[in-house]
Amino acid sequence: MTPAVLLLACGAIARELESLRRAGQWQHVTLRCLDPALHNRPEEIAPAVEAAILHHRGAFTHIFVAYADCGSSGALDRVLERHGIERLPGAHCYEFLAGSAAFEALAAAEPGTFYLTDFLARHFDRLVKRGLGLDRHPQLMPHYFGNYRRLVFLAQTADAELDELARGHADYLGLAYERHATGLAPLARALEARVLPWQN
Amino acid sequence: MNKTGNAATTMDGNDEIVLANLSDEELVEQMYDDLYDGLADEVIEGTQILLGRGWGPSRVLDEALVAGMAIVGVDFRDGILFVPEVLLAANAMKGGMAILRPLLAETGAEPVGKMVIGTVKGDIHDIGKNLVGMMMEGAGFEVIDLGINTDADAYIDALQQHRPDILGMSALLTTTMPYMKVVIDRMREKGIRDDFIVLVGGAPLNDEFGRAIGASAYCRDAATAVEVAKRLIQERRTAV
Repeated sequence: MTPAVLLLACGAIARELESLRRAGQWQHVTLRCLDPALHNRPEEIAPAVEAAILHHRGAFTHIFVAYADCGSSGALDRVLERHGIERLPGAHCYEFLAGSAAFEALAAAEPGTFYLTDFLARHFDRLVKRGLGLDRHPQLMPHYFGNYRRLVFLAQTADAELDELARGHADYLGLAYERHATGLAPLARALEARVLPWQN
Repeated sequence: MNKTGNAATTMDGNDEIVLANLSDEELVEQMYDDLYDGLADEVIEGTQILLGRGWGPSRVLDEALVAGMAIVGVDFRDGILFVPEVLLAANAMKGGMAILRPLLAETGAEPVGKMVIGTVKGDIHDIGKNLVGMMMEGAGFEVIDLGINTDADAYIDALQQHRPDILGMSALLTTTMPYMKVVIDRMREKGIRDDFIVLVGGAPLNDEFGRAIGASAYCRDAATAVEVAKRLIQERRTAV
């Protein structure tokens, strides 16, 4: 009998994970996502993940968490260690979406880089403009972005419309724009190494 | 005008508080509210009114601005306020401090202590560092700010040049926070680690990390940094 596998994920990569699930050999995987707005309050990520683990664990043979550390300052790892559960590698989604080596090269080339993903490009107004209060207090812009030089759009899909949207966000922030195509391969590799062995 | 005589009616029909009509106590309370709401013009006006009433700059700083920011700090710690509101409050406080700074310098009062502070190499985030610097200055410290992306040589040079009591290092990224250890190790190599209190802070840090790299303390926020700095300086001076 195929074991029941739960992929407990950040809602910011729900679309990407569902796309991989449909395309791959992941029929044994159930996807459940947490609110991506948790990213604006990273101290709430670990408690929210633990609550979801406790809620779901009776129904699944294996659980894997599709989060990086995501600003939880190690709190997520402490929760996962308690439950014997693994997560995606890296400090944040930029790293596992781009792949660690590629992300490190981008960060080293320009420390003042602000990153967008497909999700963040789509939800920029809600999560960045409103989330940081820039819609109400545009005078805060230099406090947040005064030290940034460029915006790199880590693109998971080839979507010209999204590219234009991301370019517009760079203009809004007053940053140089670059697109860096990641596709879904780095994320797929990170997940398949952990989730596929559970299918038998 | 309302029955207390402290409000005027604006053209759009709303009551507007006239700061100059408030008693000292009411004005300080109002400045707490204005700081909380990030109203820089009002905080500047309140600062000028208190000075005009004969308050010393140090008293205005302590009783109006620093005490008001302490309320902001507590509500930030408790999750009632968030970064945008804290930044607005800090801007408002800066407005008041810009008036007080030259007056404080004129008094010739010795600073409580001296701090060199900077965001570590590879990291360009400075919101937390700037808040700490401002609160330390508000608490009477002389603060030398090295800015962002600060390498070990720049820290060491600044320590040797300024001879501060405290070195403060900030990092927002898990990828850059290990650099704090590079700086502390360099201080050890030069035999100067124990000459300074080393405070570290930033979102991905915690007490355990601070201990592991050999810092004197990890500070979770600006208010904590001020408390810890005062305590450690006192301990150090008592021990001498």
